[in-house]
Amino acid sequence: MMQTLFLLTICAYSLGALGAILGGRGQLGRSLVGALAAIGATAGLLLGLTVIFTGQSFTAFVPALLPVGGGLALRLDPLGAFFLSVIGVVAIPASLYGIAYNEIYESERGSLRLLGAMFNLFLLAMSLVTLADNVFTFLLMWEGMSLTSYFLVITESDEAETIRAGNWYIAVTHVGVAFLVAAFLMLTGNASGAFSDLRVHASNLSPLARDLVFLLTLLGFGSKAGIIPLHVWLPRAHPAAPSYVSALMSGVMIKLGIYGLLRVALDFLGGGPAWWGVLVLVVGSVSAVLGVLYALMEHDLKRLLAYHSVENIGIILMGIGAGLLFHSYGSMSLAVLGLVGGLYHTLNHASFKGLLFLGAGSVLHATGTRNMEEMGGLMKRMPWTALFFLIGAAAISALPPLNGFVSEWLVFQALLKGLNIPGIEAAIAMPLAVGMLALTSGLAAACFVKAFGITFLAMPRSHEAESARESPLLMRIGMGMLAAICVVLGPGAIAVIPLLSRILVGLGGLAEVPVSLTEGVSLQVPTSSSQIALPTLALALLLAIGSIPVILKLLRVNFRLRRSESWGCGLTELTPRMEYTATAFAEPLRRVFAELYRPSKELTIDTHPESKYFVQSIAYRSEITPWFDRMLYTPLLHLIGYIANKIRRLQSGLVHLYLLYLALALMGLIFASRWIER
Amino acid sequence: MTNMMSYGLEIGQMLLALALAPGLVGLVRWLKARLQNRLGAPPWQPYLELRKWLAKDVVMSTNASWIFQATPYIVFGSTVTVTLLVPLIATPIAFDAVGDLLVVVYLLLLGTFFLALAGLDAGTAFGGMGASREMTIAAIAEPTIALSISGLAIGSGSTNLGQILTTTLTDPAAAISPSHFLAFAALFIVVLAETGRLPIDNPATHLELTMIHEAMILEYSGRYLALIEWASWTKFLLFLSLLANLFVPWGMATLVTLPTLALATAAWIGKLILLASAIALLETRVAKLRLFRVPELLSLSFVLALLAVTSSLVLK
Amino acid sequence: MPTLLQKILRVGIATEQLDLAETDVVQVVRQVEAKTRRLLGRSLAIREVDAGSCNGCELEITALTNPLYDSERFGIHFVASPRHADLLLVTGPVTRHMEVALRKTYEATPDPKLVVAVGDCAKTCGVFKGSYAIAGSVDRIVPVDVFVAGCPPEPTDLLRGILTALDRWPKS
Repeated sequence: MMQTLFLLTICAYSLGALGAILGGRGQLGRSLVGALAAIGATAGLLLGLTVIFTGQSFTAFVPALLPVGGGLALRLDPLGAFFLSVIGVVAIPASLYGIAYNEIYESERGSLRLLGAMFNLFLLAMSLVTLADNVFTFLLMWEGMSLTSYFLVITESDEAETIRAGNWYIAVTHVGVAFLVAAFLMLTGNASGAFSDLRVHASNLSPLARDLVFLLTLLGFGSKAGIIPLHVWLPRAHPAAPSYVSALMSGVMIKLGIYGLLRVALDFLGGGPAWWGVLVLVVGSVSAVLGVLYALMEHDLKRLLAYHSVENIGIILMGIGAGLLFHSYGSMSLAVLGLVGGLYHTLNHASFKGLLFLGAGSVLHATGTRNMEEMGGLMKRMPWTALFFLIGAAAISALPPLNGFVSEWLVFQALLKGLNIPGIEAAIAMPLAVGMLALTSGLAAACFVKAFGITFLAMPRSHEAESARESPLLMRIGMGMLAAICVVLGPGAIAVIPLLSRILVGLGGLAEVPVSLTEGVSLQVPTSSSQIALPTLALALLLAIGSIPVILKLLRVNFRLRRSESWGCGLTELTPRMEYTATAFAEPLRRVFAELYRPSKELTIDTHPESKYFVQSIAYRSEITPWFDRMLYTPLLHLIGYIANKIRRLQSGLVHLYLLYLALALMGLIFASRWIER
Repeated sequence: MTNMMSYGLEIGQMLLALALAPGLVGLVRWLKARLQNRLGAPPWQPYLELRKWLAKDVVMSTNASWIFQATPYIVFGSTVTVTLLVPLIATPIAFDAVGDLLVVVYLLLLGTFFLALAGLDAGTAFGGMGASREMTIAAIAEPTIALSISGLAIGSGSTNLGQILTTTLTDPAAAISPSHFLAFAALFIVVLAETGRLPIDNPATHLELTMIHEAMILEYSGRYLALIEWASWTKFLLFLSLLANLFVPWGMATLVTLPTLALATAAWIGKLILLASAIALLETRVAKLRLFRVPELLSLSFVLALLAVTSSLVLK
Repeated sequence: MPTLLQKILRVGIATEQLDLAETDVVQVVRQVEAKTRRLLGRSLAIREVDAGSCNGCELEITALTNPLYDSERFGIHFVASPRHADLLLVTGPVTRHMEVALRKTYEATPDPKLVVAVGDCAKTCGVFKGSYAIAGSVDRIVPVDVFVAGCPPEPTDLLRGILTALDRWPKS
C-alpha cells in the first residue's frame, strides 16, 4: 500500500515532467501536466498521512542506482511524513491553479515546457527531501530542489528584475548549502552517511563540535527558511516567480528549512544546551518583528507576502526555540508544547500563505500589476478571489476562530509557561519574546487590513483594476480548497494537535502527548493548564453574528436601506485619487518606527519664476532601504567585488603561468593528503 | 452548579452587559458634563440614541461592498461572544474553558480588523485615516496587553480568567504585590487606548483631523451605527470589568444563589461606577495627545508591563 | 488638579434655564410628523452646514454647546457626518459654490430628517440678495422645516427654533 503510494508519487511527478518536455502546451497539455502533479501530490499526501496515523515508518525499496556515498536511501518517518503532507496540502491546489494560470505563458513569454517540467521536478525533489535517509540523498535532493526552484523563479526571464532575483536566490541558497555540507561533514565523520549512523556518531561528538554543527545547521537551513538577515532572496524571488510557484516556495519549500533544523538539532544531536533554544528564539523574534515591519512598508502585493513569510518563519522558530529551551531544561512536556506550536504554525502558514499567494496571483492575472496603489474595487469585480483572500488575511492575522489563531495561541502558551521555568535565560528571553510575538500579530493585522482594504475595497485606482475580471474556475477551486483548509484547521485543531505531538515522539527523547484533549485544546502541563475550545467558540461566534439580524427583524427595526454616494464633505466628485493609499495607510507606523526604517526623503517644489508663493508642482519621493541591505549586503558585495578585482591578476592569460598553478596545486594536494593520513 | 443554571448565568451576564453598557457610557458623559459645570444629558441618553438609530434609515455608499454591511454584525457578534467569556459577576463561568484572555483580546481584534476594513470600504479619505490610525494603535497596544496577561498568568500559571480569579481570591496577598499594581497601571493605559478615551482619542470630538474611532464609522447610519456604537460601548464596559475583576475580584459570586448573585451584581456595578468616575475625572483633567505622542504613552505602558512580569519573576 | 476641582465646585452648574415664552423669531414652515417627533425628540444629532454665511450665525451656534446654553441637556448634539445627523442646521445665503454641497449633505442624511435654516440670510439672502454669487435662499435648494430669524439669532432663539421643529418644549 505505502509502496504503491510512493511509486505513484514518483511516477506521477516524473511523467508530468516528461509530458511537459514532450509538449505541455495548449489546454490539454497544461491540464495533463498539472493533473499529474496533483496526482503525485495527492499520493504524497496520502503516504504522509498513512505514516502519521499508523506511526509506522516506511522504508522505500530503492535499486542501487548510484553507488556514491551509500547510494539513494529513502525512509519516511513521522516527522518527514508531516512535511510531506504539508507539501501535498499546498501542491494539490497549486497544481490545479497552475493549469489555468499558465495560460499567460502560452504566448512567447517564458517557456511552458521548462516551467511544467521544473514544476514537477521541484515537487519531486521536495518530496524526496522529506524521505531522504542518508546525507548523500538529502543533499542531492536539497540541491535539486534549489535548482529546480531557481528555474521556476526565472520563468519570466524577459525581465531584468527577474534575472536579478534569480541571482540573489541562487547565491544565498548556495551559501546555505556550503554551511550544510560543512555541518554534515562534521556530523558524518568516519561513519557512513546513513541517518541512523549519524545519530550514533552525533552523541560521540565533543560539546564544541556539537555547538558548531548546530550553528552551521541554523545558518544553512536558516538561509532556506528565510531567517533575518539571510532572508534577502525571499522578497526578491517570490514576486518574480509565477504566483502558484511562490505559493509553493513560500508555503512549503522554506518550511523544509524548519524540517532540516528539527532533523539535525533534535533528531541527530538530540537537543543541546539552553543557549541553542535562546538563540533560535531570538532569531525567531527578530525575524518575526522585522519581517512584519518591512511587510508594512511594501506596496508590491507579492513582496508584502514574501516579507510575511519571514515573519511567520519567525513565529515558527519562536515555538521551536521555546521547545528547544524547555528540552534543555528537561521539561519534555513543555518542549512538546513549543514544538507542536511551531509545527502547527508550519502547517497553518503553508495553508494561508499558499492561499494568499494564489489570491495575489489571481489579482495579478486580472490586473497585470502587483502594485497595490493601482488596485482597489476588486471586491465587486472578483468576488470569489476577494472572499478567499479575506479568509487568508484573517487567518494570517491570527483572528479566531481560524487556524492562525490556534498556532499562535500555542506558541503564546509555550512562551508564557516559559516564565515559570527557573533559569536566567528564560526569565529574560520569554517576556521579551511574548511582547515581540504580540507586536508581530498586531502589526500583521494592520498590514493585512492594508493589503486587503487597499487591494479589494473602495474604488479602482487604475484602468486595469477597473476592467478586472474574475479568474477562471480552476484558479478559484485552488484558492477555495486552501480557504476551506484555513477554516477547518481552526476548530479542527482538536484532531490535528494530538497527531502533531505524536510525530515528535522519540525525537531527542520526547515522550507521548501532554496536550490532552477534552472539549477543546487544553494544555495540561505539570504546573498549570490553559484551555480553549475553538469549536464551541466558533459556534458561539457564528450564532451571535447570525442571530443579530433575526433579533433585529423580530424587534421590527427599520430595515430600509438607501444607496447614495460616499460622504465626501460635499465634494463635487469623489475620485479614486482622493482615496487613502497604501503608503498613507502605513504612514503612522512608518513614523513610529522611523528609527528603524530611516526613510530617505526627497521633496522638490517648483515655484513660479515670478514669486515663490505660487507653487507649480510638488514632487515627493520617499524610499526605504532595509537595514540589512544597507549595513550588511551592500558592504559585503563591495568587499567581494574588491577581492575579486584583486584576484583577477591571477588570470594573466599566460599558459605557462597556468601550468605553474597546476603543478603547485598538485603538490599541495599530495602534501595535504600525506598530512591527513598521518 | 447545574448545567442549566450555569448556562442561564452565561445568558444572564451577556444580557446584563449589553443592557448596562449604554448606561455606563451615559454615566461617564453625565459626570463629565457636571465637571464642566454643565447640566448635561441624563445618563440614560445613550439608550435614546440607540432607539433612534434603530428606527432610522440606512444610507450606504455606492462604493461600499458587503464588507460594509457585514461589519456591524461581526463587530457586535464578536463583542457579544466576549461577554460570554469574561466573568462579570460570578466565577468560574461555564464558558471559562472555551476562551481565555488571549481569545478575549483576539476576538476584540477581530472586530477592530473588520471595522478598519469597513472604514476603507467607502473610499473616503477620513475612513482610511481612521482605519490606519486605529490599526496603528491596536498594533502597538498589543505587546502591553500580552505582557500584562503574562504578568497575571504567572501566579496561576494559566491564562484562563476563571483560574486567574480563583488564584487571586484564594491568595489576597498577591493582589497587593508590586507586579499587580504595575500590571494594573499598564493595562489601564491600554484600556484607554483600546476604548478610544482621552488622552488617546476623544470620544466627544467631531473634528475630523483628530478622530480615530469615529473617523472609521463616518459612513455608518441607522441600525448599523446602532450596532457598532453599542458594541463599542459594550467593549468599554468589558474592559472596565476586566480591570475591576482581575485586580479586585472580591465581591464576585463563587456560588450561584440568588442572594450572592444580587450582591455580586451590586458590587460589580459599584466597581464600574468607581472606574467610570475615575475616567470622567481623568478626561476632564488631561488634553488629547498628539497622534505621534501616543506611541510614547503606549511604550510607557509596555515598560510598566515588562516591569510587572520581571518583578513577579524576581519576587516569586 | 486641586485648583481645577475647587473651581469646578465653586462654579457649580452654569447652565441657564431656557425661557419658555414664545418668540416671533421662529417661523414654522412644515409640521413634523408625530412619529418623527417621538423619535427625535429625545435624541437629536445636528450637522451644521455653512452654506455661505458671514460666520456670525456660527458664533452663536458654537455657543449652544457651552456650559451656559448646554444643548446637550435636551439630547441635542453636533456630529461630524450627515450620516449620523437627524437635523441640518443651515446658515447663510446659499452661494453658488455651496449649492451642490448643500444638496449632497441633504442627500447624505438618512430619513427621517429635518432642516432648520438659521439667520435672516437663510431666508431672504440678506444684504447679499441679488449678488451674482448667490444661488438663492435655503428653501430654494432643500426643503426647510423651520426658519430662525435674526442677524444673528441668539443661542436661546436657536434652541427654541430647534425645539419648535421637534414641537417639544423642555419640561420644567
